[in-house]
Amino acid sequence: MSDTLLEVRNLHVEFGDTVAVRDVSFSVARGETHCLVGESGCGKSVSSLAVMNLLARGGRRSAERLAFDGQDLPALPERRMAQLRGDRMAMIFQEPMTSLNPAYTIGSQMAEVYTRHRGGSRRAALDRAAGLLAKVGITAPGMRLGQFPHQLSGGLRQRVMIAMALMCDPELLIADEPTTALDVTVQAQILRLLAELQRDLGLAILLITHDLGVVARIAHRVSVMYAGQVVESGPTAALFADPSHPYTRGLLDCVPVPGKVRRDEPLGSIPGMVPRIRPGFQGCGFRDRCAHAAPVCAGEVPRQHGAGAHEFLCRLPPGWTAREQAA
Amino acid sequence: MLRFALRRFVVALLVALTVMVLSFMLTRLSGDLAISIAGASATQADVEIIRKAYGLDRPLVLQFLEWIGRAALGDFGESFFFKARTADLIKERMPITLTLGLTGLILALLVSIPLGILAAVRENTWVDRLVQVIAMVGQAMPSFWLGLILMITLGLQLGWLPISGTGGPEHYVMPGIVLAFSAIPALTRLTRAGMIQALGSDYIRTARAKGLSRLSILGKHALRNAAIPVVSIAAVQLGFMLGGSIVIETVFALHGVGFLAWESISKNDFPVVQAVVLVLALIYIALTMAADLLNALLDPRLRAA
Ligand SMILES: Nc1ncnc2c1ncn2[C@@H]1O[C@H](COP(=O)(O)OP(=O)(O)O)[C@@H](O)[C@H]1O
Ligand SMILES: [Mg+2]
Repeated sequence: MSDTLLEVRNLHVEFGDTVAVRDVSFSVARGETHCLVGESGCGKSVSSLAVMNLLARGGRRSAERLAFDGQDLPALPERRMAQLRGDRMAMIFQEPMTSLNPAYTIGSQMAEVYTRHRGGSRRAALDRAAGLLAKVGITAPGMRLGQFPHQLSGGLRQRVMIAMALMCDPELLIADEPTTALDVTVQAQILRLLAELQRDLGLAILLITHDLGVVARIAHRVSVMYAGQVVESGPTAALFADPSHPYTRGLLDCVPVPGKVRRDEPLGSIPGMVPRIRPGFQGCGFRDRCAHAAPVCAGEVPRQHGAGAHEFLCRLPPGWTAREQAA
Repeated sequence: MLRFALRRFVVALLVALTVMVLSFMLTRLSGDLAISIAGASATQADVEIIRKAYGLDRPLVLQFLEWIGRAALGDFGESFFFKARTADLIKERMPITLTLGLTGLILALLVSIPLGILAAVRENTWVDRLVQVIAMVGQAMPSFWLGLILMITLGLQLGWLPISGTGGPEHYVMPGIVLAFSAIPALTRLTRAGMIQALGSDYIRTARAKGLSRLSILGKHALRNAAIPVVSIAAVQLGFMLGGSIVIETVFALHGVGFLAWESISKNDFPVVQAVVLVLALIYIALTMAADLLNALLDPRLRAA
């Protein structure tokens, strides 16, 4: 059994003449939390949906390697892929309000994934569902099983989604901005829950977020995405110690630091917008918004190693941030 | 659910009452009934006798209450033309119309739901476009014309089916097809639109992420939500079909309630007209109520409303 559970090498996804994801590589080891972070529209959801083979109609994926537990996913017929989904790899989404089917009870929706992959009686599946609802912190699980989604709040629905994802004891949980649509207090609860589950069940989590604060709290490894590319990646501590891509720096400047941000001051943001990438695009996708942009940024961009065993995609020399601060 | 059903039933009763008032008023307002019953050659004295005999000289409210009271007991009076009790006429003709309506609806659903699903699953491919063209052609084709074409081809040229008259199941095939055709375009389009919306929804993405089978994703998760508008419109379509059965029963000389309506309107047989309108309206009201109840079963959010 290899330590790497999910391996993605040079993933490429196009929708018509838009390149949503290009040359994306990352891997998730068993039992670790890997965060994909970046602004909206950077290709985080598309990357994760491509792994699950759940891309919307019109999305075409290709990859040098896309493997789950050593199995080459693109080679699997859809029927075999469906056997993995929900069983060994599960996914939860950003929209808890609409991700559950309004026409069926919580119990029915939770039970069906178990009976589909593991067989057995509906009764047994419902018992398991009740146990998992309790585990994700839902009181009166028996009553909840008989309820419909519209009778639950957003936070409860997201807990139900998490419990449903755990029905078959998956090895990998992909969570696409699971807290973005929720209140701040509920966000914190859900994140704590994910961290606990990860510890208790040895889950590998691929967590997608645009919030570096979340990353700092629970990620083992980070991949920062921009305009369809991973621009910087590595162990969380190393990356935070020496953020080397100007985009990562920009994101970090947007994170409120206690004591550093005055109350009446608006949070920082990077001026400009994520560009739409067309086939044949050359150079660094961030150059139009980058304070350090130079003519060479329109050409081939080198992948470099930073000080702390992490990688970044930029012309600037490793350690430039430290020198800048010293100057 | 029970409360929803009760409330829906009260609404249906109110609508039925309104329809009764309207159908009563319409026949009274369309001219002096005593004169039209007596006929063109009658004298003033004849008209007065008839007015008395049919109770048309009494206040309208009394006439209405009496009519409604009798109607509630299934008594719609005597037909002027058929020399028979109206209720018996309707009782005799109703099974024919219901058989035709049900044949038409079942045929329509059997064709339009699979077609709609197919078009949605193959959205924007040639399959989808073909289905939409079929629906458009169906929409544009008048039912009497389709009826005549079927009569000529299946009836006269091939001799497979009787071209007119009332009788065994073979007499319902062509009228049933024609009736179904009038509902297929709308039902197909609605199924397609509902399925496309459902298939693009987040809960279908969840169902796929759960690795459910294609059958479960389409048949259980998508269709159940797509069915809600289809059920509502199917009830309305069945109402149109009841109206359409007047044309179709006439074209095929199928002696159902629709044919009776045509006969009694052309003969000024007002007790029958009144009763037919009322019965068709009541069927329609019952259908929409059934559709709402079915929808409440399909969509739990409606039950709470
Ligand atoms: N269904 C789609 N059709 C066309 N383009 C899409 C589709 N989904 C995503 N994209 C493109 O991919 C880019 C990345 O989207 P996404 O992965 O959803 O971003 P995010 O990082 O916010 O999750 C978007 O900017 C968009 O242009
Ligand atoms: Mg996203």
